[in-house]
Amino acid sequence: MIKPKTSESQLASVAMRKGSATLRFLLPVIVILCVLLLWFFISYINLFPAYALPSPVAVLKSFKEEMLAGRLVNDIIASLWRVAVGFVIAATFGIPVGLWLGQHLYAKQAFVPMLNFFRFLSPLAWIPFAILWFHIGDKPAIFLLFMATFFPLALATMSAVATIPSIYFRVAKDYNYKGIELLTKVTFPAVLPQVITALRVSYGIAWVVIVAAEMVGCQDGLGYGIWEARNGLRLDSAVCYMIVIGVLGMGIDRLLAQLTKLPNVRWGYER
Amino acid sequence: MYAGVMKDKSSVNRLVLENVSHSYGAVAVLNHLSLVVNPGEIVVLVGPSGCGKTTILNLLSGHIEPMSGSIQREGVIRTVYQHDGLFPWLTVLENISIGLRSLKDATQREKELRELLELIHLEGFEHHYPHQLSGGMKQRVELARVLAGDSDILLMDEPFSALDYQTRLRMRHELVRLLKERPRTVVFVTHDIEEAAQLADRVLVLSNRPATISHELQINAQRPRDLTDNAVIEAMTAILKELGLQTSDRNDV
Repeated sequence: MIKPKTSESQLASVAMRKGSATLRFLLPVIVILCVLLLWFFISYINLFPAYALPSPVAVLKSFKEEMLAGRLVNDIIASLWRVAVGFVIAATFGIPVGLWLGQHLYAKQAFVPMLNFFRFLSPLAWIPFAILWFHIGDKPAIFLLFMATFFPLALATMSAVATIPSIYFRVAKDYNYKGIELLTKVTFPAVLPQVITALRVSYGIAWVVIVAAEMVGCQDGLGYGIWEARNGLRLDSAVCYMIVIGVLGMGIDRLLAQLTKLPNVRWGYER
Repeated sequence: MYAGVMKDKSSVNRLVLENVSHSYGAVAVLNHLSLVVNPGEIVVLVGPSGCGKTTILNLLSGHIEPMSGSIQREGVIRTVYQHDGLFPWLTVLENISIGLRSLKDATQREKELRELLELIHLEGFEHHYPHQLSGGMKQRVELARVLAGDSDILLMDEPFSALDYQTRLRMRHELVRLLKERPRTVVFVTHDIEEAAQLADRVLVLSNRPATISHELQINAQRPRDLTDNAVIEAMTAILKELGLQTSDRNDV
């Protein structure tokens, strides 16, 4: 009489979506190997001069060099720190602002056009102000990261509030949820799955922006590393930094994706 | 505080609608409707779709105020919704415990929670989330939540209409059993005539919009009632007749 909800058709569709585990691992590896081979081949036949397209071997060498010099690790830490601080500040303000806007019609009507304006304004446009106001160092980069992620986070949270089924608020009213408790026990958990998605998206933006921000506003960091490599015409070093940026970005996104596995948000992804 | 939960509250929980009219814009939904729900009674409202059944529940629960007429409510009123009334981010146990929010004593609450879980036969599912449950299980959790603690009056808004037929039949018996254990005043809205005949002390047949009570039917048979019981069939015949859905009526048309 009692059985949890898993119909045969659902099981079948899950099996279809996941495919075979070996293939899931193997297919992307094959693609990456193909791209590496292509790179090898192009540099081997000297299609471009070596200074314009470094060979994989040269990049590997420069990677070892940078690691031994300790510069790469230092740059990684600098970038991660800035992204973490900028992102956390943006989330700390952006999510509550989004919740507030989502619940107050007039505030929403008043602020949304302005927020949208800033969202579509590339954060890189703030570079002159960032440097003028905060000079060189962590601060201008953190400022740019904030400008890049605050607006999308606030707007996404606000839209998520608008999609909460009204029945949750009716139930909340039946059981006397009011004020701050309504916000923390009903509104926030109801939008959490969408907020996590917004966090992943805006982290993606942050990771793109940090490279540009560090090229102009900092004396270290992954973006600065690429800029330095360009100035010294060491594109092997630049490619090495590029690979590190891509791999780290993916890795952190995987970490953020773990948030979607929290038991109290699973419902948001399984409908 | 907790002693109050156990005491017989049926002497106070009355619901009275007096001469209530309501409209949405130009559409009149209720027209001078009067209705008294007595303590401990199960009243079932049936009527054509869109006749204003849900509006009556919304008035009774206080979600909307009537445009004219008066409403008296006494006691704690809770609603069982058709579907999605559970918070998907909470487990079965956490959802039920919402019904015990006014109970401050943690050990009492824990004890009551276990009892409710046992009552709806969902032991072993306490840490499941609603999306992991079948429709019938979800509605049972909703029933546990409204029955928890100090509730007096239950409003049911087509609570079983989203379920498949067999589950629906089973849930009617389930509801009867639960109400035997924990008596409550019930206002039950449905378009399902079988449901009305099996569950009600009193069936109120509503007219088309703007709704008034076109027929009142007392059913005195003991519960649980089977679908094939004479009293149930008689009641269904009477309701169908009232709604103009009985084929024997064709001769008259």
